[in-house]
Amino acid sequence: MGLFSRRKTVFVDADILVVGGGMAGCGATYEAGYWGRDLKVVCVEKANIERSGAVAQGLYAINCYMGMQWDENRPEDHVRYARNDLMGLVREDLGYDIARHVDSAVHKFEEWGLPIMKDPETGRYQREGKWQIMIHGESYKPIVAEAARKAAAQVYNRIMVTHLLTDRTKPGRVAGAVGFNVRTGDFHVFRAKAVIVCAGGASHIFKPRAVGEGMGRTWYAPWSSASAYALPILVGAKMTQMENRIVLTRFKDGYGPVGAYFLHLKTYTENAYGEEYESRWYDHTKALVGDYIDMHPVPTCLRNHALLEEIKAGRGPIRMVTKEAFADPHKEQVGWENFLGMTIGQAVVWASQNIDPKHTNPELTTSEPYVMGSHATCSGAWASGPEDCAPADYQWGYNRMMTVDGLFGAGDTIGGSAHKFSSGSFTEGRIAGKAAVNYVNDLKSEQPQVSEKEYEELRKTVFQPLETYRVGRNEIVAGTVSPSYMLPLHGLQRLEKIMDEYVGGISAHYTTNEPMLTRGLELLGMLKEDLDRLGAEDLHQLQRAWELHHRVLASEAVTHHTLFRTETRWPGYYYRGDHPKLDDADWHCFTLSRYDREAGEWAMEKAPVYHIVD
Amino acid sequence: MPTFVYMTRCDGCGYCVDICPSDIMHIDKTYRRAYNIEPNMCWECYSCVKACPQNAIDCRGYADFAPMGHSVRTLREEAKGTISWKIKFRDGTEKDFVSPIRTTPWGSIRAPADYDAPTAQAMKSQELAHEPDALNIAALPALAPDRFREGAL
Repeated sequence: MGLFSRRKTVFVDADILVVGGGMAGCGATYEAGYWGRDLKVVCVEKANIERSGAVAQGLYAINCYMGMQWDENRPEDHVRYARNDLMGLVREDLGYDIARHVDSAVHKFEEWGLPIMKDPETGRYQREGKWQIMIHGESYKPIVAEAARKAAAQVYNRIMVTHLLTDRTKPGRVAGAVGFNVRTGDFHVFRAKAVIVCAGGASHIFKPRAVGEGMGRTWYAPWSSASAYALPILVGAKMTQMENRIVLTRFKDGYGPVGAYFLHLKTYTENAYGEEYESRWYDHTKALVGDYIDMHPVPTCLRNHALLEEIKAGRGPIRMVTKEAFADPHKEQVGWENFLGMTIGQAVVWASQNIDPKHTNPELTTSEPYVMGSHATCSGAWASGPEDCAPADYQWGYNRMMTVDGLFGAGDTIGGSAHKFSSGSFTEGRIAGKAAVNYVNDLKSEQPQVSEKEYEELRKTVFQPLETYRVGRNEIVAGTVSPSYMLPLHGLQRLEKIMDEYVGGISAHYTTNEPMLTRGLELLGMLKEDLDRLGAEDLHQLQRAWELHHRVLASEAVTHHTLFRTETRWPGYYYRGDHPKLDDADWHCFTLSRYDREAGEWAMEKAPVYHIVD
Repeated sequence: MPTFVYMTRCDGCGYCVDICPSDIMHIDKTYRRAYNIEPNMCWECYSCVKACPQNAIDCRGYADFAPMGHSVRTLREEAKGTISWKIKFRDGTEKDFVSPIRTTPWGSIRAPADYDAPTAQAMKSQELAHEPDALNIAALPALAPDRFREGAL
């Protein structure tokens, strides 16, 4: 096919464009449909919203539910919990806002048909832990997708959004997005009055532990390709806490979840010699982080830290003691169904290695780092807070609007609001969806205008890897080695190696310092230049090429943020070897970055942390 | 466990191609049947396995850490509202599980536009759709805006 001649351009006009149809995107679509009765709400997704995003294979628990109807928790309690877990630094206004709304979302899930387990004695939702409730969530995503489909004017599946569009009449305002259809190769130009980015966080920016065929067995989904960050970064949105990558302690190789095991099954960890080890590292950790080690529950990163130190001391592997719990047939059933409901791969690992937790205490390991905004971590875009409880410094417009006019976000996209998980991401999508409706209704005659020049240039950029491959392929006999282009997988593996070795991945024991980060930035710079020489054999590889673009830009943000914060705030997530201690005097603050696309430069600044609850 | 497709069972319907979140199930041009084009980008999410009407798709544990001879099979039955699993260990041990997947008929969710249109007052309030009713408490919680403290607690 002639590359630029016969390829169709499809124009779609929308009032509100939702980019990404995972949990946050479905929440945004549903809510925008509810409040914007006269508005055209369009959702665009690179896969199929029926099974897309991090919840594609299901979940066995909803990790963010207050239970206000039974007076189990108040939103303030959740703010304190998330704040403690993130070593003091969260956007409390955003977290409070999610916590006060999340119960209504969960109640709708149940009404829509999600099976939520009940406590047989009280009739209340079955608690797994203080914040978690247990569900039969194999079809969690299809159910939520059904609600979103009924709210949208149109859902476009299999369109990879590559760039956002800006308004030609008003700098700093969003005007839509472009992307391509992964099946037909059509170029899509979405013209929208408001855009809500609900794309995924970042797996595969650090080298995974699994290699070769198993490379896809990352803890977070391999299709979470950092579009949540790259799309806003490219149009100048400020990002926050991008250094706050997360490392997960999980069952070895399959990354099967441990929440139900710790909280519901009451299993516990021990070292290779059957000893409890966390208390052994108390004084050592206290010397690094002070009173944060005394928080209850112990922050996730500090529990990782104890495990890592114990392994370094030569007493690994760390095991989960399951034999006692699995003697109870009910608990055994819960233990297995927990995997089958959300991490089937762990069941496969155990079946393949003859690990029956009834007879063997399975090994735990720490994962490679991930960058995301929805778990026990809070990287993402800097967003305006709720009107009634956000400090003035956190309010410049509509709730969940970024520092770009008309650009909203939710889920992994929004920084500072940790511990939202699936239900909180959906809820944050709802918050953004309603705010975007108000934004559009208030616009009146000031409609955004897309620039034909901008989208025509992007059209060339987007399809260039196909042309680069077509031309370069003729130079060589066969195979994957070319002097003219690199394939997306080549670039991905280079990225993972740079981030692993220089920015605190598994092979560096999560440790880095200023010289390493500086060298990492040099190598990332060369990789970024080489992205202009990506070659894509087909449309699938073109999707991989743009996923790589997004991952590289997000990685650059992560590296700049890590360099900026000269302390070790979250030992167990990563270590600044040159600044090994937590430093509340200088760094009890958020880190913010802004990328200048023209100059290719990053500007860093600090922003204050305000506590809205005691 | 990256997926693979049995030649004799696949009829090339393309349901797996349509559903795969990673875009790695494609139709082979010669055989007109589906296959996994990129096993190293497979999350073993089983979306394709569950969607296959012919039960033609299975998984074999990742070569870099899973010894052979195991299987994890599933049957998802929307009409019955259940999913069934059979786990077979390398040493032959078997385990079976069945879970519910949905309590309401598929397609039964009410569209948001089918509810009464919100008032102008509600539009500017902090309440989201169906609130406060769906919270099962009297009113949406709110905080007094004069309680900001800066710095370490």
